[in-house]
Amino acid sequence: MILQALAFYVFAAITVAAAAMVVVSRNPVYSVLFLILAFFNAAGLFLLIGAEFIAMILVIVYVGAVAVLFLFVVMMLDINLTELREGFLAYFPVGALIGAVLFAELLLGVGILGAGSATITGLNAHGAQVMAIDNTRAIGRVLYTQYFYLFQVAGLVLLVAMIGAIVLTLRSRPGVRRQKAGEQINRTKEQSITVVKVPTRGGV
Amino acid sequence: MYADLISFFTTNWLGMAIVMLAQCLAVTVPLLVSVAYMTYVDRKVWASIQLRRGPNVVGPFGLLQPFADGLKLVLKETIVPSSANGVLFIIAPMIAFMTALVAWAVVPFDDGWVIADINVGILYLFAISSLGVYGIIIAGWASNSKYAFLGALRSAAQMVSYEVSIGFVLITVLLCVGSLNLSHVVLAQSGWFWNWFWLPLLPMFVIFFISALAETNRTPFDLPMSEAELVAGFHTEYSAMTFGLFFLGEYANMILLSALGAVLFLGGWHSPIPYAPFTLVPGVVWFALKIAFLLFIFSWTKGTLPRYRYDQLMRLGWKVFLPVSLGWVVLTAAVLTFGGWLPKP
Repeated sequence: MILQALAFYVFAAITVAAAAMVVVSRNPVYSVLFLILAFFNAAGLFLLIGAEFIAMILVIVYVGAVAVLFLFVVMMLDINLTELREGFLAYFPVGALIGAVLFAELLLGVGILGAGSATITGLNAHGAQVMAIDNTRAIGRVLYTQYFYLFQVAGLVLLVAMIGAIVLTLRSRPGVRRQKAGEQINRTKEQSITVVKVPTRGGV
Repeated sequence: MYADLISFFTTNWLGMAIVMLAQCLAVTVPLLVSVAYMTYVDRKVWASIQLRRGPNVVGPFGLLQPFADGLKLVLKETIVPSSANGVLFIIAPMIAFMTALVAWAVVPFDDGWVIADINVGILYLFAISSLGVYGIIIAGWASNSKYAFLGALRSAAQMVSYEVSIGFVLITVLLCVGSLNLSHVVLAQSGWFWNWFWLPLLPMFVIFFISALAETNRTPFDLPMSEAELVAGFHTEYSAMTFGLFFLGEYANMILLSALGAVLFLGGWHSPIPYAPFTLVPGVVWFALKIAFLLFIFSWTKGTLPRYRYDQLMRLGWKVFLPVSLGWVVLTAAVLTFGGWLPKP
């Protein structure tokens, strides 16, 4: 139990410190790397409460895909560091306000959880029912039965967002000769070369 | 006396820590030896393909060649370019090597021979293999060199693309197994060798193997280090042991993906024929033989095939493998559901 508490405080401290470094570090590449560190430690916190599926998904989706794309973009940008720092004080009050609101909401949520309101007891009932099986199975059962339509709608929202992104970036450039793999592979010797017997001193 | 010892190693935290350390060493040391000899076997296989002899000077049959190479890398000077980002430049090869090693924690070598028998073993492997890209991309950026940077970008794009189809291959296998635990995956494939998943899921096995080539940046997908265009790709600026770590990490990753292929499709530790003389051979030997077979195909492709062009690589990943594997997931799910073969939870 002591070991677990120790692990919790280590993970939590590193998460908070890394999150702070994301905001204050001067180099945006360092910011992304600290963000990855924060994700990792959040995954560790999930593992500690026994939510191994969510921990792994956090690493696969956020660290393995989202943060790679962040890093890609940040590395390719030609960023002027001094220019980037100029607006810091101007934006600080807004950021602090948003942070305070989020923190208050989180506290409120934890307070409700402690008081044991209706929704939370409902969730707990679920928890008691599925505790006998591992939590990957438990999530699957709830997701594909009770919340099936919501799950499908979430998928559709993502699909629409994806199509939107493609439509926004699609440019039709005239005069571009495309690679057509099928045609290239199906080309035969007869179509592509002709063998010519050139008479000496006669030319083609 | 024995009872005392057993209780020390199973209940005392110090004893448990010792056991854990011993388990880690028992996996890591043979792995590093295999990595060393994989470089030797690789060179011997290419040499045979090209009608040469390969390394044959250091030791009998050149067997000490990998250690001579390792010693050379250790003794050379580690050069950090003056315009490079020092900290990240050193951290990058460490990440590349470490991610290749930690994944072995969940690989089952025999029935019950696994360090961490966790319920989400497949997801853990998938998560760790998606981290390998960071070593490469950080190396490319920290080197502050155009060749290294271009190599890193190519590598990152390639690994992210092929991870998608590997993900679908994993989903098909776990549909057939009904569990994310790697030991359960092997246990679901017991019996004759045609019960292993390579036959019922043959297209997925092929896609998995080709994606594994792309994940490990091996020929025909070694664009990140194509020497004709990018010098040596992301490790252009690296020397001595920092380069050595990338090199070892690449080979450890190859062995890891071969082990994953053996677990998912070739029945892990099971013997191909479930009768007396074959079942007497320890499971770990069968497992090693299967890994060796897949590794031989890795070397064989490297010795035989030319390199893909970049647009062909992306076309293969996104326009061929992604639709085929997605379709195969749906087909497998449909067959399992309507055939009544869905694994019982």
